[in-house]
This record gives sequence, structure tokens and C-alpha cells, in this order.
Amino acid sequence: MPLLKNGEAIADTWQHVAAGEAVPPAGPVVVPFERWKAEREALLARNTPLGVRLPNAQNVGELAADLGRLELIVLEFPKFVDGRAFSQARVLRERYRYRGELRATGDVLRDQLQFMQRCGFDAFEIAAPNAAEIWRAAVNEIDVFYQPAADDRVPAPRLRRSA
Amino acid sequence: MAKVVKNPAAQVVTANRLRDGAVVYLVADGSWSTNVSEGAVARDTVTAERLMAAGNQAAADQVVVGPYLIAVAVKDDRVEPLGTRERIRALGPSVSERPAA
Amino acid sequence: MYSYDEYDQKLLDQRVAQFRDQVRRRIAGELTEEQFRPLRLRNGLYLQLHAYMLRVSVPYGTLSSRQLRGLGHVARHYDRGFGHFTTRTNMQFHWMKLEHVPDALADLAKVQLHGIQTSGNSLRNVTADHLAGVAPDEIEDPRIWCEIIRQWGALHPEFSYLPRKFKICIIAAPHDRAALRIHDLALRLHRNEAGETGFEVMVGGGLGRTPFLAKTIREFLPKRHLLSYLEAVLRVYNQLGRRDNLWKARIKILVHELGVQKFTELVEAEWQDVKDGPVEVSEAEVARIAAQFSPPNYEDAPTFTREFDELRLNDLGFARWLRTNVGGHKQPGYAIVTVSLKPPGGTPGDITAEQMDAVADLADRYSFSEIRVTHAQNLVLPHVRRADLPVVWRALAALGLATPNIGLASDIICCPGLDYCSLANARSIPIARRLTERFDDLSRLHDLGELKIKISGCINACGHHHVGHIGILGVDKNGEEYYQVTLGGSEDLNGALGTILGPAIHADRIVEAVETLIEIYVALRRDGERFLDTYRRVGLAPFKERIYAPA
Repeated sequence: MPLLKNGEAIADTWQHVAAGEAVPPAGPVVVPFERWKAEREALLARNTPLGVRLPNAQNVGELAADLGRLELIVLEFPKFVDGRAFSQARVLRERYRYRGELRATGDVLRDQLQFMQRCGFDAFEIAAPNAAEIWRAAVNEIDVFYQPAADDRVPAPRLRRSA
Repeated sequence: MAKVVKNPAAQVVTANRLRDGAVVYLVADGSWSTNVSEGAVARDTVTAERLMAAGNQAAADQVVVGPYLIAVAVKDDRVEPLGTRERIRALGPSVSERPAA
Repeated sequence: MYSYDEYDQKLLDQRVAQFRDQVRRRIAGELTEEQFRPLRLRNGLYLQLHAYMLRVSVPYGTLSSRQLRGLGHVARHYDRGFGHFTTRTNMQFHWMKLEHVPDALADLAKVQLHGIQTSGNSLRNVTADHLAGVAPDEIEDPRIWCEIIRQWGALHPEFSYLPRKFKICIIAAPHDRAALRIHDLALRLHRNEAGETGFEVMVGGGLGRTPFLAKTIREFLPKRHLLSYLEAVLRVYNQLGRRDNLWKARIKILVHELGVQKFTELVEAEWQDVKDGPVEVSEAEVARIAAQFSPPNYEDAPTFTREFDELRLNDLGFARWLRTNVGGHKQPGYAIVTVSLKPPGGTPGDITAEQMDAVADLADRYSFSEIRVTHAQNLVLPHVRRADLPVVWRALAALGLATPNIGLASDIICCPGLDYCSLANARSIPIARRLTERFDDLSRLHDLGELKIKISGCINACGHHHVGHIGILGVDKNGEEYYQVTLGGSEDLNGALGTILGPAIHADRIVEAVETLIEIYVALRRDGERFLDTYRRVGLAPFKERIYAPA
């Protein structure tokens, strides 16, 4: 899967475990949330980077206790109009202070990249033949923001106060 | 919503032109006209499918948006769309656009 | 009224440039229609029956004269010389060309107007009532809070892909002039027993296929918590609203399916986590925005002048217009003038570029350059000196904008319908026109009194037919236009949804049927009863019997 991160197209180094598949013995693995719940102890005993894939109807609070052990969380946009993962992302970053990689997968539109980034996503599964250009356009086209989010951009109301 | 006439005897392909949104009809030479009477009329399924393929190609070529088939009646050299919605698309709003004084 | 600062203007200018590039990519084939459609909708651009339609936001129904001229400019240069005001106080242009829209948006941006989020599953225009800031019964100007939400909600990264659209309305008076309870979220500013001002929060209103009136989830919310509470409501909705069925995706369905209590618990729990956090609006920002809604420099104006008195006594036309189109103002010596966009035989809510310019001129001369748009598709000059009423009346009359019919039977709310809208099943405008022609006789019109007729061309109910005293819904039966009638709807705080009268009535007979309903009202009414009062007293039966009596 093509991956856009830090303005570049990069290779995905993670192994994605599908339902019914065995977990590879070594290397970074991403498991679906149901597998995480079922095999949590065994997975935590591994000495490899761990990741979880959450369905977009899943309450992220159920993963809260383990966030410190996870280096990757994969969230889903089954159709681009389905914006549930925006909320999941913000709650993970802002309420639970998750610090690992937060990846957007599914029907990810170029024109949603800035919203996603503001909600805390830092990696995107999107075909980007000219990744640097797309990324630059996506995050710079609009640079006035009215509301705080998971990023560190200063919203206009705060800028006004310090003017 | 577009209503479908069952087993229409005659059909024409219509769409909106991409650049200006105008209602247009597919002409036999592959061009698009705002005059429904210039539309190519399909009287059998094979022809209708061929015309729709041309319509879809025009959509892919950024000429039109959303082509579809409509049922029409052919009278002499006039083509008249069937149904209120398609008549309004062909003729324009049924009300004048200047407010009454 | 609010005036953009550098941040507001920059956002708008960047948005215009962004869309210009998106249009370029579309025409060049770099974007398919499927990819482009959500992008153009987020700028208010629809593809309708005949052409592209651009919906321009009129935030909380307030326009400066410069903005109204800007709309006239777009009508003249990019459209067919007219525009249409909607029931959400926005303006629609029905004949736009895609290739010109970036230029039109650039011209609108110069007067601080745009089409951002007037479509799509996002936060839409936050409306207030059209008398905000000037109504005698108001405790505070609700538009301050409309503007706070407007900014916070613009290009919101978390809430731009909601299950469905989200409409908010705010009032600050005990009387509801804005159809508050048909909104997804409704806020009513009021004072609690301790004398503090805060919001009653209501959620889950909306018309359409399954109409609901909003229910109270919190009696009192301190003003400083408005944005955090809104964030909680929207987050619960974003996560739990239905995504599988377009007809069940509004928040009204979620509230109905969870029940008010459970829904409220979820919101309150979410709220505990965001309350008092960075999202809250600062006092400084509230003060900055509130300062822009301070009243204009009213003069010490006389309540009556000789010219006014004589005209009122001697000119029936002026007297009638005073009675229906002029309301009291909280400032002595001033009045609120409603500009009727409902001439007999006209399209409700339509206005020409010439009329827009002329009303803008009148606003400059007589109303501190301010105009309002009502959800009933009329305009308002909100600060007119009573002494100026005669000259304003004459000027409006010359423009065809002084029909004395506000709130009466010919002040019809009507969507564009099948003449323009690709969602419609039947035409609505011809019905409105034929009805208003029937009510051409002003003494009859005034005798009938308050009668709110609302017409929608499809179940999406943009004409608000559910809350009309007489509601008319266009349907398609076997390819012909029929109209279903409802009675007894009302849009005030004691709102009610209308009751279906009976089987839908054919287009050829609907106008006669409405006439018959009115005849029954006239025959049965008691002193002082409006149509709605008589209906509430006698019920559906007398109306139903006459309409569906065997021929």
C-alpha cells in the first residue's frame, strides 16, 4: 500500500495480520482490534513494535490502557464521506495522549489530508505519485484556522489576542 | 428523481454540459445540442446502449456530466420528452423569471 | 454587524484560490465528477436541472448594503439578473456556469460573502431570527453567538464529514420568529432564576421524511461553555449517527432511537472531557465580536410626524402596509420594515439585481446600511425612523416590494420545486403564484388575517410544509403532479407538525381546494380567531368532509 508520511512516499514496514491469519513470529505487526483483545498478553510479551487496527465504529477508550505500548494505530475511512475516524483520532491524541503513528486508511481523499493531519493523523494510505507536491498543497493551501484541534497550529482567536 | 418509463418506444440521451451546466442532448454526430429535437433517437435496445456508451465516453472526456436515457415522443420533426421533469429540462422553468410588477 | 479582520479575509481568499484550482483540475480531467462533487458542494455549488446553482451563505440573515449590492453584481454578471432567498436565509443563483464560479466567488469574497458549507454533511449557516438586535422582547443579540459558532465551525477538521447536514438556530427572546425547533440544534438564550444568561439546548429537530421537533437536553448552559458543549454534541453525533441510510442519518433519528435521556447522558459524559478546555471561547473573543453588534447611532427621533399621521389617516394603502409590514423597534422613534418579496403572481423570495441595488440604497439612506433576510423569504430594513416610513413606503411601492401581506395568506413560503430543483417531484412555484393571484384583493387578504401557507416540491421539505397552517407537499403519482395537504402545523415554540388532510389532490384542483379550506374557516370562525385557532377548535373533520365530499 502506498504510504504518505512527512511529505514523502515511503514503504510500509509493518506486517498487517488479517483475520484468521497467524501472527508472524518476528517483526512489527498490526492486528485487528478483536485479535488484540483476544491475544493481548502474548502480543505484549513480544519484543517487537505493536500496532492495532480499529474499526471506525469502535470506541477508542477500550484501547486507552495500552496506548503506551503501541507504535501504530490504523484507523479506517470505509468511504470518504464516513468521517467517524476524525473523532477517533482526536480523542486518541487529545484525551489519551497517544504518541505513536496514527495512520489513515481506506478512501482517503487528497482534499481531506489537512483535516486528517489536524485531527492527529501523521501517516496516510494514499497513492501520491508526486507526494511532496500533494502534501505541500494539502497542508498549505489554507493556513488560517478557527478552532483548536490535535495539531499545534494556533487558531485565529488566540492570534488575535496576542496581536 | 428521474422516473423511468417502462419499455419506451423512443429514447434520447441527455446530460448537463460540464462547463456551463446546460441541459444537452446527444446528437447523431457525437456532438451535444441544447435542442432536444436535434437529439439522436434510439428505437431499440441496441441503439440505446450504443448511444449511452457514447454518452458515458463524453462524461469521461469532461464534456458532460451524468448522461442518462429519457423516453421521448417523436412527432414529425419534433422530439418531445415525456414527463413533467424532462419537459421542464427541455423547455426551461414553467414560470417566467421576472417578478410580477 | 460583523466585519472581517485579516484572518477572516485571508481564509476566504485562500478558499477561493483552492476552489479555483479544483475547478481547473475538473475541467482538465484531473478530477472525476465523483471526486469533484464533494468539493464543489462544500462551496455551495450544486448541479441542478438546468444549470449549476450556487448557494451563498448569508450568516444569520444579516447583510450590509455593500453585500447586497455584491449579490446584485453576481446576479447581473454571472446569472440571469435575479436571485432567490431560501428558508435558511441564504441566496441561490440558479443559472451559474462552472467556469465562471471561481470569478463569482472571488467577487463575493471582496464583500465578505461565500458559499462555504452551504451544502454537504457539515455545519450549515447558523441562523437567528430576523429581528435580532432590534426586537423589544430580546435579552441579548443572539447573532454574537451565531458568529462565534460560524467561525469555530468553518472548515472544522473533525466535523466536516458528519452523517448528515447540521443546522443550528439561536434566539434570545421568549417569542420564536425563526422556527427554532425544526433545527438539528436549537439554542434559546434566557435568564435563569439567579439572573444569569445562558442557553436552553434543544436537539433533534428537522423536517423531511420523518419530521421531529427538537427536544430539550439541557435547560441552562452557561454561555462560556457553548463551544465545548457543541463539540460534545457533535462528537456523539459524528460517532453514533447512522451511516448506512441517508434517510435516517440526521441527529433527530439518533435522538429518537436512543431516547432523549440516553442521548443526553452520552453528551454530558463527553462534555466532561472537553469542558473548560482549549475549545472554549475566550472572554476577549466574545467581547471583540460583541462589540461589532452594538447598536447603530440612533438619533432622537420623533414617534410620529404630521406627514406620517396624515398619510396613515388618508391613505388606506399606507395604513395597511403599516399594519402588516411594519413592526415596533426597541429604540423609540424607530421601526422595523419588512420588504415583501411576495408580490401577487410572483415567485416567493425572488429579487432582481435592480431591486437588490435599490434596497441597498434605501438601507444606506434609511437603515444604517443594514438589511436582514427572514426565513420566510422576505427582507427587512431593521432601523427605519418612523418619520421616514412614508418615503420608504413610496420607494418600496415603486419597486413592487411593498405588498402589504406579511404573515398573511399571500406571504407564502415556497421552495424552488421542480421548475429548478433536481430533487423535486412536483412544481411548487406555479401553485404559489396562482394562490397569491387569488389573494390579490387586499381587503379580503387582510380580513383573512394570519395564515401561513407553506409549499414544498418534495419530501425534503425545504418549503417547511410540515409547519404551515396549511402545508402543501408536491408528489408524483403516475407521472402527474399531485399535492398532499396538511393542516394545523405551526413553527413557534409550541410548534406542531401538520396533520394530513386526505389523499393527494391533483394539480388542476389544488388551488380550488385551498380556497375551499379558507371558505370553511371564514364560515366557522369566531371573533378574532386566526385560521390556526379555528382549526384547533373544530379539528380536521369539517375541512376534510368538504374537500373530499362526493361530487
